[in-house]
Amino acid sequence: MTAPIPDRPLYDRPPHAGTPAALSIQGLAKRFGGKIAVDGISLEVPAGSFYGIVGPNGAGKTTTLSMATGLLRPDFGTAVVHGVDVWRQPLEAKKLMGILPDGVRLFDRLTGEQLIMYAGLLRGMDKDVVAGRVADLLAALDLQNDAGTLVVDYSAGMTKKIALASALIHAPRLLVLDEPFEAVDPVSAANIRSILDSYVASGGTVIVSSHVMDLVQRMCDHVAVVAGGRLLAAGTVDDVRAGASLEDRFVQLVGGRSHTEGLEWLRTS
Amino acid sequence: MVAHLLKLKLTLLRNGLRRSPWQLVGMAFAGLYALGLVATLVVALVLLRNAPQDVAYAAVVLGGSAAILGWGIVPVVASATDMTLDPARFTTFAIPMKQMLAGLALGGVIGIPGLATSLVALSTVATWWRGFLPALAAAAGAALGVLTCIVLAKVVTTATASLASSRRFKDVSAIAFMVPLVLMGPIVAGVGQGISGSTGFLPVLAQTLSWTPLGAPWAVAGDVAAGRPGPALLKLLISAATLAVLTWAWKVLLERALVTPPYAGSGKRKGGKPGLLGILPAVPAGVVMARSLTYWFRDPRYSGSLVVIPLLPVVLVFQGTQTGDFTSLAFLAPLSAFILAWSISADVSYDNTAFALHLASGVRGVADRLGRALACLAFALPVVLVFAVGYSVFTGDWAALPGQLGLSLGTLFTGLGLSSVVSARYTVAVPLPGESPFKKPPGNVGQTLAVQFGGLVVLMVLVLPEVALLIAQLVTGNALFGWINLAAGACLGTGLFVAGVRLGGKWLDARGPELLAQVSVNR
Repeated sequence: MTAPIPDRPLYDRPPHAGTPAALSIQGLAKRFGGKIAVDGISLEVPAGSFYGIVGPNGAGKTTTLSMATGLLRPDFGTAVVHGVDVWRQPLEAKKLMGILPDGVRLFDRLTGEQLIMYAGLLRGMDKDVVAGRVADLLAALDLQNDAGTLVVDYSAGMTKKIALASALIHAPRLLVLDEPFEAVDPVSAANIRSILDSYVASGGTVIVSSHVMDLVQRMCDHVAVVAGGRLLAAGTVDDVRAGASLEDRFVQLVGGRSHTEGLEWLRTS
Repeated sequence: MVAHLLKLKLTLLRNGLRRSPWQLVGMAFAGLYALGLVATLVVALVLLRNAPQDVAYAAVVLGGSAAILGWGIVPVVASATDMTLDPARFTTFAIPMKQMLAGLALGGVIGIPGLATSLVALSTVATWWRGFLPALAAAAGAALGVLTCIVLAKVVTTATASLASSRRFKDVSAIAFMVPLVLMGPIVAGVGQGISGSTGFLPVLAQTLSWTPLGAPWAVAGDVAAGRPGPALLKLLISAATLAVLTWAWKVLLERALVTPPYAGSGKRKGGKPGLLGILPAVPAGVVMARSLTYWFRDPRYSGSLVVIPLLPVVLVFQGTQTGDFTSLAFLAPLSAFILAWSISADVSYDNTAFALHLASGVRGVADRLGRALACLAFALPVVLVFAVGYSVFTGDWAALPGQLGLSLGTLFTGLGLSSVVSARYTVAVPLPGESPFKKPPGNVGQTLAVQFGGLVVLMVLVLPEVALLIAQLVTGNALFGWINLAAGACLGTGLFVAGVRLGGKWLDARGPELLAQVSVNR
């Protein structure tokens, strides 16, 4: 694990925080054909925070996270992880990050065990360290009994868990998880949450995207609301929700809730 | 409702084409191929009108039987049937069974195989245009025959649906299907010889088949024309009964399939077996190699081409015994070298979005390229060496060995270098992970053709020195050229291999995100 380069000036360090940002993105924008997916998003994720990114479907969450993690080249803007520019020094930046992308395939003809090993060894880790961590991760995520099964035969939730394990194996300083709880059963979700909680407690930073507001409100200390490719609100969860529940505040910010008395015909009585 | 289902099928077809103009080009190519085949058959059937009755009879019945047999067999082995109107997708809609059957059956006619079969079947009307009654009988027979084809295919796919949805079955059947495909030449030749050896046998076979469900629909018109109303009527009944029984079977199977979704589970297995990942050195290039090698054996899209290699000498030796001339065996080693080396030129396209792991891990481009190339080399090198030496053992021509080795090794290493560059820069349309190697891949057919063809031309230019030296040896008979060839193949090959891996690695470092974006289009 490399330390952030100390004598390198950090880009646009937020004036309010004494701690350096784990992830700092400035003016990220991306256009696909005629559609602007992300329209200039700037965000500071303080180190040691549990950061939730919420937004309706198609808000640009996945596109933003892909650009912040080096998977999708932005049209405009910068992303800096612990002082390392993701797009100027991609190899250094990627060492600091563990990524769980949404909607990508895995090398699913490997067994679950092999896939986690592969992710670790690809990063040049020592074989024995990898072997030890693979066993720990399989146990923590309750996958020991299926470790020798091909990932292609896994259920959706198991696939999500094995992808999460692949993102954790190199003990990154920043975890970027796109929809980590989708299709995961409640018991496993609770396990994952406690893993993430203790990771944050030990100084790591987690960014999760989700559209389950309840989960974000309970789990995260910071939250950003994204819609239509723009940032609508960001800050600590308590600041953003301003006394209301996060869900109500979200609907209020994003709009589009229809308060009509429609669908009368759907009433059975 | 039937009209709705047909409209749905047409809309799906049209929207598929709207995704990109290249899709249309690909469809046009497939259409042209089918059109050529159909046109030939139609012309042949029209010409048969002037042939003696028994010849026309035998040809139509045998051809028709083969068509029904084909519609019954291909869906099982190819597991690449058109599932755009998969009945499972209609489970939640309460469509009356009768209308669903009619809609799905007619929907099966839309599409290239269905249209082609229908056109050819209808041209038997021209063959039996020897009077009003025979023509009418031919039309009825053709309609029954085509419907039998389609319903039979549906019965077979529905019956094997739960079997076919198991991954293991899909993998195995896809690989097994390669074998007859590669051996097509010898099989056809063998059958052709058998047939020409016993011409008198064919009319008898046709006569027998005409009483079975396979041949009955196609024989009605011929019997009418020959003035045998009794057998004609009976065969019409046989065909109708066959269609009725098949439709009933389909209905029963469909009813059952709609309430019991296929179960594709498999047993649990504990870990503790890292496989090749535990054996090869734990450096990025080494683990990429281990992963690629694992895929060569576990992914049918890769192992399909592995199955072809041992069959190549079989085909070439067979061809040799037919003609008594074994010169084509000289191409065995270079050809295998080429096939294997070129097979990794679409590696990133095969990964599809799983490539994101390499990108997210910050694997250096060179390590990625080298690992993939070494995985292919691990078995390609022994195969090529065995084939090259085997040629000399077989022919006793040991003077040819150095030249053979030079060209083969040159092709192998140069090809691997070139593939490393190509797969780092261009994506091609390949079957998606988990799909049958025979499935028509989504995506840009035009670019695929351009990349494949362009790559071939470049490879030919790159191995030109070795080819020239081989020709020089053949012309002059001077063994020295062979030894120079061996040296040239080894040196040039390794040089280009290293250059290719480095250039490919550089491009991958620079363009990784763009490459991921390209493969994400087809998912």
